[in-house]
Amino acid sequence: MSDATSHSHPHDHAHESHSIKGYLFVYFALLVGTIFTVWASYIDLGSHWNIILALVIACVKAFLVIAYFMHLISEKKMIYSILGFTMFFFAGLMVLTLCSMHNFPLNTVTH
Amino acid sequence: MEIPYTVEPRKDTGLYNAKLGIWLFLASEVMLFGALFSAYILLRVGAPEGFWPHGWLNVPLGTVNTLVLITSSITTVLAWAALKEKNFGKFKFFHAITLLCALGFLGIKSVEYRDKFMHYEITLKDGRIIDGHKVEETKEEITLSGRYVKDREELFDLHKHKHAGPHEEIKIAKADIDPVHSGNYGPRHSTYNAIYFTLTGLHALHVIGGALVIGYLWLFGAKMWKTDPERFTNRVEVSGLFWHFVDLVWIFLFPVLYLL
Repeated sequence: MSDATSHSHPHDHAHESHSIKGYLFVYFALLVGTIFTVWASYIDLGSHWNIILALVIACVKAFLVIAYFMHLISEKKMIYSILGFTMFFFAGLMVLTLCSMHNFPLNTVTH
Repeated sequence: MEIPYTVEPRKDTGLYNAKLGIWLFLASEVMLFGALFSAYILLRVGAPEGFWPHGWLNVPLGTVNTLVLITSSITTVLAWAALKEKNFGKFKFFHAITLLCALGFLGIKSVEYRDKFMHYEITLKDGRIIDGHKVEETKEEITLSGRYVKDREELFDLHKHKHAGPHEEIKIAKADIDPVHSGNYGPRHSTYNAIYFTLTGLHALHVIGGALVIGYLWLFGAKMWKTDPERFTNRVEVSGLFWHFVDLVWIFLFPVLYLL
């Protein structure tokens, strides 16, 4: 769907209108997700659970944007390989940072 | 010489070149913001107990800005879909909304930034702390609309100390101020503000960059629609991919900085 080179086809119009419905569905899901994130932040679940919930909602919203607005759900293998490498290094960056938490010298950051 | 593969996909990649290029660029952007997010985690985890700020940012304004960016994301994809339907008028309409959203986002962000630069924490030479917004400043004194703070720790969790005391106009002689421990809530104020301004500032630069490209395609670059519509559609798709990435970064910045 994301290739502009595709030739016109009798089903193209039906396909486009179907996609637009999908885009609108994703849009409303993102709006609801945003409102839910704000609402959930005012409920005291314990700071760890508040953080986990907010990040889970953010990840779901990010998935919707990447998969549908950026059409990653129907992309070419080449892009999946590029993003696979990126995710590997990104995850490494985050995991190493989180691991270092246990070795972080306390009270060394001035504020 | 003509640039190859602007419309038709290369056989080996299955993509037109600009699309491969933007995804490679976005991969590098993921690592750039990833590095800054990891810096945020380290600063937050390393902060002494009770000294990581909560409630310093304006949640309603942040929420509106999130909704504005999400709206700009759908108008971007609808603008591209309009070109696929050969409807140039609809493309112009949707991308005009995208540009307005970009301006709206930057406008709201600048209101938030201004508030931080007008907000002062002043420590007097006798040790007392005053927190408030600047009303006026002369060579000899500064006037804040704020309050005296009993314990500096109460400034860090504004959820707990929301109604800590009434605000009043306080005139402070500059000679009484301890300059080392006084200043506005700009990037120098604290590690939180430093990472807040770095992350949101870099993000705002991306918004400006994306808006300039979309604005160009909306105005001058739109001439290509008459000569090479498929290539123009691909340009709009590539600019849209960048714009969605900008939205994506904000989806994480908003809860991390404003809510948690």
